[in-house]
Amino acid sequence: MPITEYTEERVAELLRALPPAPAGWVAAAAELPRARAELDRIVELATADADFRLALIEDLEAALRSAGFAADRRRVVELQRRLAL
Amino acid sequence: MDVGETSDGELVALCRAGDERAWAMLVERYSRYVYAIAVQGFRLPEPDAEDIFQDAFARAFERLDALRDDDAFRPWLAQMTRRLCIDSCRRRRDEGEEPEVEVEDPSGELDRLDEALAVREGLTRLSGDCREILDRFFAQDESYRTIGEALQLPAGTIASRISRCLGHLRAELEGRKAVVLES
Repeated sequence: MPITEYTEERVAELLRALPPAPAGWVAAAAELPRARAELDRIVELATADADFRLALIEDLEAALRSAGFAADRRRVVELQRRLAL
Repeated sequence: MDVGETSDGELVALCRAGDERAWAMLVERYSRYVYAIAVQGFRLPEPDAEDIFQDAFARAFERLDALRDDDAFRPWLAQMTRRLCIDSCRRRRDEGEEPEVEVEDPSGELDRLDEALAVREGLTRLSGDCREILDRFFAQDESYRTIGEALQLPAGTIASRISRCLGHLRAELEGRKAVVLES
């Protein structure tokens, strides 16, 4: 990293160089541990309950919603991968 | 737990022990940085940047156990983010969209972002008052008057506060620079 003299202008420029990420992105990333735990629970349910698994295969998003889970795009993609749908 | 005083290594250890708050603090600490790497370093459009942002943190979370040095979280996360960006640029190029930045060498901009992060980190080590006043003035471009109204201070006091807080920030950064030069 270059060694710089921190003039007022330089500090201003560097502080402006990192604008905040969209709040929704940050919130989603911060909730990863909870989201992962919920994914694990869905996979466990799908493994233990053949009807639920069938419902997931037929219509993943609808089955998630009717079981009380959110069905956002990332979750759907991850579940398709983990359940090999 | 104070975000500014807790090291990356401590937060990583807490995350491994299942502390969700520690993870949220790591995300908060590096969200601007990861976002800037994608959007400024590699000039990716927002939808691609969002995927990279989420993937970078998801990979970091899943692979925390593979991190050899807990205090090396930042360069490790940066490396993962860069790889994801390079893959995304290549995909876009393969699909016929020219990336705005050469895939192999956005290094000048990435160096600047590293330095910007160091300044941000310096800011977090200042008092809450100084943090707020410098962020409002330098990052959000607020006027003395607006800051004065928000902080219930006379506008005439703001200039001297900024000057004093800037001095504290410089001292923080100079201290860090001295450590870099010694090592």
